[in-house]
Amino acid sequence: MSPITLKINGQDHSLDVAEDMPLLWALRDVLNLTGTKYGCGIGTCGTCTVLVDGSPMRSCTRAAARFEGREITTIEGLDPSGDHPVQKAWNDEDVPQCGYCQGGQILAASALLESNPDPSDEDIDAAMSGVLCRCGTYPRIRKAIKRAAKYSLGDGGDV
Amino acid sequence: MTDFDVQNTLDRRSFLKVSMLATGALLVGIGCEDRSHANELQDGTWVPNLYVRIDVDGTVTIVSKNPEAGQGVKTAFPMVVAECLEVDWKEVKVEQAPLDDRYGRQVIGGSRGTPDGWDDLRIAGTAARFLLTAAAAKLWNVSPSECEASQGSIVHAGSGKAARYESLLEVAAGLPVPDVEDLELKSRPSDFKLLGTFVPGVDNPKILTGQSLFGCDVRLDGMLYAVFEKCSTFGGKVRSANVDEIRKLPGVTHAFVVAGTGNQTGLQSGVAVVATTWWAAQSAREQLRVDWETSHSDSTEAYDRQAEILAKEDGETLRTDGDVEAAFDSAEQVVEASYYYPFVSHANLEPQNCTALYHESGRLEMWVPSQNPKSGRELVAETLGISERNIRVNLARIGGGFGRRLRNDFMVEAAWIAREVRQPVQLQWTREDDMRHDFYRPAAWHHFKAGIDGNGRMAAFDHHFVTFGYGGETVSGAGLSPNHYPAGLVPNFRLRQSIIETHVPTGPWRSPGHSAYCWAYQSFFDEVAIAANRDPLEFRLDLLSRSYGEPPMDLKRASDTLKLATEKAGWGCRKLDANRGMGMGFHFAHSGYVSHVAEVVADGPNVKVEKVWSGIDVGPILNLSGARNQVEGAVVDALSTAQLEITFANGAAQQNNFHDYELLRINQAPEVECHFIQSDNSPTGLGEPPIAPATPAIANAIFAATGTRIRTLPFQRSGIKV
Repeated sequence: MSPITLKINGQDHSLDVAEDMPLLWALRDVLNLTGTKYGCGIGTCGTCTVLVDGSPMRSCTRAAARFEGREITTIEGLDPSGDHPVQKAWNDEDVPQCGYCQGGQILAASALLESNPDPSDEDIDAAMSGVLCRCGTYPRIRKAIKRAAKYSLGDGGDV
Repeated sequence: MTDFDVQNTLDRRSFLKVSMLATGALLVGIGCEDRSHANELQDGTWVPNLYVRIDVDGTVTIVSKNPEAGQGVKTAFPMVVAECLEVDWKEVKVEQAPLDDRYGRQVIGGSRGTPDGWDDLRIAGTAARFLLTAAAAKLWNVSPSECEASQGSIVHAGSGKAARYESLLEVAAGLPVPDVEDLELKSRPSDFKLLGTFVPGVDNPKILTGQSLFGCDVRLDGMLYAVFEKCSTFGGKVRSANVDEIRKLPGVTHAFVVAGTGNQTGLQSGVAVVATTWWAAQSAREQLRVDWETSHSDSTEAYDRQAEILAKEDGETLRTDGDVEAAFDSAEQVVEASYYYPFVSHANLEPQNCTALYHESGRLEMWVPSQNPKSGRELVAETLGISERNIRVNLARIGGGFGRRLRNDFMVEAAWIAREVRQPVQLQWTREDDMRHDFYRPAAWHHFKAGIDGNGRMAAFDHHFVTFGYGGETVSGAGLSPNHYPAGLVPNFRLRQSIIETHVPTGPWRSPGHSAYCWAYQSFFDEVAIAANRDPLEFRLDLLSRSYGEPPMDLKRASDTLKLATEKAGWGCRKLDANRGMGMGFHFAHSGYVSHVAEVVADGPNVKVEKVWSGIDVGPILNLSGARNQVEGAVVDALSTAQLEITFANGAAQQNNFHDYELLRINQAPEVECHFIQSDNSPTGLGEPPIAPATPAIANAIFAATGTRIRTLPFQRSGIKV
């Protein structure tokens, strides 16, 4: 066990965890931030995606200690009121089916739109292919990202 | 304090009837022990029945009885109640019911939720509205027939009087409840205001902000985390394990052997490791040394060898119509082909988990992501030897069902561990546990032979189905109805069956059976159509135009979906490049009629599925968004699963995670365009019907684009890469 400090959703958290405990489990079991989900534990499904200094990163394989000094954003911290353009678009397109992967999807989409405000289908496929959706919400994810892009550009109109 | 004394008496129908007629209301929630308090204000809240509560501040709460796994029922069911209650959807709060026998069937399975719930939900909403209308009429001294309910108010047009529902609660609570027969239930799409519209899921606000919702999100004071190691060879039993060493590892609080019951769908033998964090439990588990006793070494290779031998045998004849051999003798042409699909896993994205708290008093409380929690409660009660009345089951949102969570092995494991540790405990399987201990969709071989007559029609059909069983009976998910089409559509028909013995756990997988064998049938129909030099659409419509004996489905509804899908896709109207192809499939299952047309573009063996058009008749659509979601998801699921397989060696699954069981990703997903026939038939479920015909539509399109006929799944075994 070793004490570490993680900056999560703008707040510093001191925690004492096993040296090899991945960030995912520190979030879920130590800080009770259960929005970040476990899917595979080997970095293939992307369900556990968080933003680290604004970039999507999997949290299930890297030890929590390696995230010290970084800005971590979890789905709880993107916008707790759900007003982020991506969250709004996700609701308006009603993307979720079971919803289990959607935290990871939304964070990946928000990072995409940060760097590419008007992505094409190909851009979306390239940026989003790291997060699996077992229910098959992919067609809606494409639509929702385009809608979110319009919301971000201040155009709340029809997509 | 929770009351565990769950009512367990009358069946759903009789209770509804009796309650409506006699007591005047159905009570909501567990803890209302005194039924004479029905139709009263409870702490100011009006409770007209099990599904509806209205507060004095006007808040309308609608209870959703079934578990939610992404099939959309938690939104669609309350929409039905709200439609009949005449309230503004924006004012409605939805609450998840726990397992409570008074609700009747609380199951995600067989696409039965909608057809089974349709009457009860409409009665609940309509009866409450009836009482509110009668209350207003009484206050105003007018006839209820002169009053109308709209947007949470009762209005009397003659006098211009209006009253919000919340102002009528006290009067409504004192009125006699109507006879169900006297309620006019909305039934046709033309009656609906809310139903049939696009309504986002009620849990979206929580999902989109990462709030606690799923089974694995449950956090209780002092909660421990558990893992459970089972033998990778199915059914293996623990002889011994180094649990004394494991108990000394950091964070570990308990480690013990579970003998199990030998029941394949119940409590398996294994080793439980419990710790203060899941990571500590899982890390300790990696130090486990278990001596297993195994009793079989099933393998895909051995299955394949046996299937080859059985293919040459006659098998058991399950059905014969007409004179098949004579029809083959007089046929102009005979077409033969064999199809094979492998075992597949459910691969729910949320690995199995369950949280349980065993009280010293002998009562058990559980938080369960199960598709069939009642069956789980029975299993727990039987295995632990406690009464079902002492088990409280809370229904957590489910991170994917697909049939896997109709089995409750994870639930009984959690219950067993909880009784051992006497502290709240969450069992969380790893992905590897999940994939190695699934109840797989069974593989099968289909050997088809069709005789084409002088009119290009299928005059004879012989089908040898080689499937899996145990003790001579087909195992779960491995059976085929002798009445399944083309039985009834071909004058001379024979179905034969051979069984390979298996120890592999199998079970229902989204549209059990259908999701697999529809591909074989509908691909072979294409082969027959092409051999007969007929257009695949015209051939199918002709096949659906007459029956011999009992038709296997409503032939007109089936044809209409085929016509709709092909019309929207521009079948036969669009000129396609040589590397493009379109294909179709239709199917009837779970009371639903679905046809798909797929369009693919090929670059050699590399194929991209660009678009799928769907024609669907499941009666009126409840939630347009949820309905489309099911269709879009089913198409993606079909394309994904057509590229997957689980194989076995030494009695164990050889795949264990997403690196060797690669689900479809967004870059491979097609666009899906849904068209619904909004008929006046009673609504039926949509979770399952759209998946079966999607696979053959895509495979037939691949043939059209590449000339490669896929007779073996996954696609890559037929040389095709999506």
